[in-house]
Amino acid sequence: MANTTGNLVDQVRENRIWRSVFRSGTGESNLHRALFVQQNVFLHLFSIKARKRTLEFSATWYLGALTFGTFLILIITGVLLMLYYHPSVPQAYADMKDLQFVVSSGVFLRNLHRWSAHAMVFLVFAHMFKVFYRGAYRTPREFNWVIGVVLLLVTLLLSYTGYLLPWDQLAFWAVTVGSNIASAVPLMGSKIRFLLLGGTAVNANALLRFYVLHCVILPLAAILFIAVHFWRIRKDGGIYPGEPAGEGSVK
Amino acid sequence: MSRRKFFVKMGVGSVAVAALGTAAFGYQYLSPNVLYEPSPIVDAGKPDRYAPDSVTLDPQTAIYVVRAADGFFALSAICTHLGCLTAYKPDLGIIACPCHGSKFNKDGVKIEGPAPRPLPWLRMWLSDDGNLMVDRSNAIAIKQLVRV
Repeated sequence: MANTTGNLVDQVRENRIWRSVFRSGTGESNLHRALFVQQNVFLHLFSIKARKRTLEFSATWYLGALTFGTFLILIITGVLLMLYYHPSVPQAYADMKDLQFVVSSGVFLRNLHRWSAHAMVFLVFAHMFKVFYRGAYRTPREFNWVIGVVLLLVTLLLSYTGYLLPWDQLAFWAVTVGSNIASAVPLMGSKIRFLLLGGTAVNANALLRFYVLHCVILPLAAILFIAVHFWRIRKDGGIYPGEPAGEGSVK
Repeated sequence: MSRRKFFVKMGVGSVAVAALGTAAFGYQYLSPNVLYEPSPIVDAGKPDRYAPDSVTLDPQTAIYVVRAADGFFALSAICTHLGCLTAYKPDLGIIACPCHGSKFNKDGVKIEGPAPRPLPWLRMWLSDDGNLMVDRSNAIAIKQLVRV
């Protein structure tokens, strides 16, 4: 049975249409495996080979992968939430309540989005600490650390802009306080606040701007920098393998 | 200068000019020219609405109308720390901010907390039909009472 299933899979993979998409074809050789990774637009960001110990739990605690996982959950749930949400005053609050009480599975999607957002911020910090305390930020990986700092800021800005969207009291005052913090920038602080809010108060313009930032600009920035972040792992020689275990061990 | 260098300079220069122009247009586009926000001028109604020696908050317009012994004045109710709406506590006779605990007295003078400045006094005047008017965009440096 296993053999027939295997034959069937092989037949599909040898099929002309399949081969036109996935060119590496069947085979267990290192060349086939390498081609499989190298010829896939998503996988080619990663190394075709990795040290076994860099894939073990202890090396990374999988914190970067988990962060990316929460990001994927946030994209999927966020797009679904967008189907019911109007970024207008006062409709936004009503839509948020509709998602909680009227839309089927709405409360599940909203809470999944919310908790994933919290988890992502937590995981980004945990990932950062893990990288820091392992010393994995050092040469030649220092530029990827900088990309990581950019991603930390994008994550925090995504959290902050998403915070306004329920348009409740908590959201309103949090963004009032936050935008006033932005106005503490020397010389151009009040101008930054004006551009951020699209006005002098947290109002319809601010809601729309935060919505566009939250749903379009910042996710695109995150995807771009995540791609660079992953690609740099390959370019910097794979995941940091750790200090040599002792004399005679391979670095 | 060689022809190649000349054209490179022309190319880089025109891209730089275009980038500067885009930045200027972008900045202008992102600054709204018309704001659909409530007018800064508030009609606070007839003076006799306010009891003698009272502090009245209008949460919609974020101003206090204070009726002191010898006249009226208007205070901004927006905390000078980070912009939260403050509230008057009649039992303590102070104005307090719920966000970070700043406290002010009835004249807007800071008592304690992170607020860097007192609550500003706002320009107040009597309209032709005898209503108290407040201009929220106009803080006055010299404290003046409106006598009715």
